[in-house]
Amino acid sequence: MIHYLSGDDLPCHADLVSQMFRDRATQFRGRLGWDVTVDAAGQERDVYDDEGPLYVICEDAGHHAASMRFLPTTGRTMVNDHFADLTGGPVVSPLIWECTRFCLAPDAPRHVTAALLLGALDLGLRSGLTDAVGVFDMAMIRVYRRLGWPPTLIGERGGIGVGLWAFDGRFRAGLERRAKANCATA
Amino acid sequence: MQGRLERFLQDLGAARDLDGLTAAVRTLRDIFGVDHVVYHSVNAAGGQYAALTYSDEWVRRYIDLDYARIDPVVQGCFKRFNPVDWKRLDWSGKAQRAFLAEAIAHGVGRQGFSVPIRGPNGQFALFTVSDNRSDEDWAAYTEAHVRDLILVAHYVNQKALEIERGTDAVAMRALSPREIDALTLIAMGYSRGQAAESLSISEHTLRVYIESARFKLGAMNTTHAVARAMSSGMLVI
Repeated sequence: MIHYLSGDDLPCHADLVSQMFRDRATQFRGRLGWDVTVDAAGQERDVYDDEGPLYVICEDAGHHAASMRFLPTTGRTMVNDHFADLTGGPVVSPLIWECTRFCLAPDAPRHVTAALLLGALDLGLRSGLTDAVGVFDMAMIRVYRRLGWPPTLIGERGGIGVGLWAFDGRFRAGLERRAKANCATA
Repeated sequence: MQGRLERFLQDLGAARDLDGLTAAVRTLRDIFGVDHVVYHSVNAAGGQYAALTYSDEWVRRYIDLDYARIDPVVQGCFKRFNPVDWKRLDWSGKAQRAFLAEAIAHGVGRQGFSVPIRGPNGQFALFTVSDNRSDEDWAAYTEAHVRDLILVAHYVNQKALEIERGTDAVAMRALSPREIDALTLIAMGYSRGQAAESLSISEHTLRVYIESARFKLGAMNTTHAVARAMSSGMLVI
């Protein structure tokens, strides 16, 4: 099941949200070795978590399975703060959101990646967005391509890529098929 | 509608005070073809500011009874940034149901769609359209107009901040070098494909540069953005 959580929704799903922050620590510090801050409770948070983001979370069997974080580019974003050299200057539009911290739980079933991307696509389509600008681990590009919603790469540095996802309804059917097909075999 | 929205932005640019903003919001009601348009801003100190088409009686009552405290639209949108159909908000409380009935009786409409706007220094605003269409018609209407509503919402907010704080406080955002390159080539008559090729970027990336430039320039479309950038001397051709 896909949750769209922001603001007051977060305390109502405190357990799911703290699992997400713990899985982020496992993925970004543990598996990828990124220089991120992990607190005493084993949760990875950064300053952008204080900017009132919207989290898209895929819950599977009562647990956090996958998630990502959205912020409007009209406010403070990681891309504009740290990757403006790759984008050629700040990208600012209420029709473009930033997507960061794409995270998979260590034991996540395969289909959740497609389910999460489908949830993100639906959010963008429903919210009238044109694009998401994302920061991601370069190794994930193959995964996004295989699932049929590849980002357009703008640039990369040290294995971290910045790219664009178009919120285009024609990607929907493919993601939906993969979110379901893999579910049956997972 | 695009032509009318472009003209609207010109009129909006000329607004100098709350009366001018209110006149602009009334024009928007006709352009968007809805029963009401509401712009409502709250700054970090709790000061409120509004330009809207609701009846004076309803506005007075709303303020007198401090309905912002219980209004699910204000409460639900305060901490989010994605636009929301009123049907997705929580109207289940007794006070909220009574409030909704009263709002409908005052002609607000049974349908609503609100765009939250987060401004500088904790400023928060809501841009709302409301109407009496059927659920089905309303869903089709908001789907067709969501992008225009979001852009107009942000441009109205920009103007409201300007009026409240003076133009210096809200300087036009500078275009990035890449955005200037993209607009310059489009202004010179290059197709998007040709412009992307000569900048050695994908058409998708070019489109995003143009989208970002359009917002910074307060424009409704690419042609309008190019015209604004030219007239303000940002493009040298």
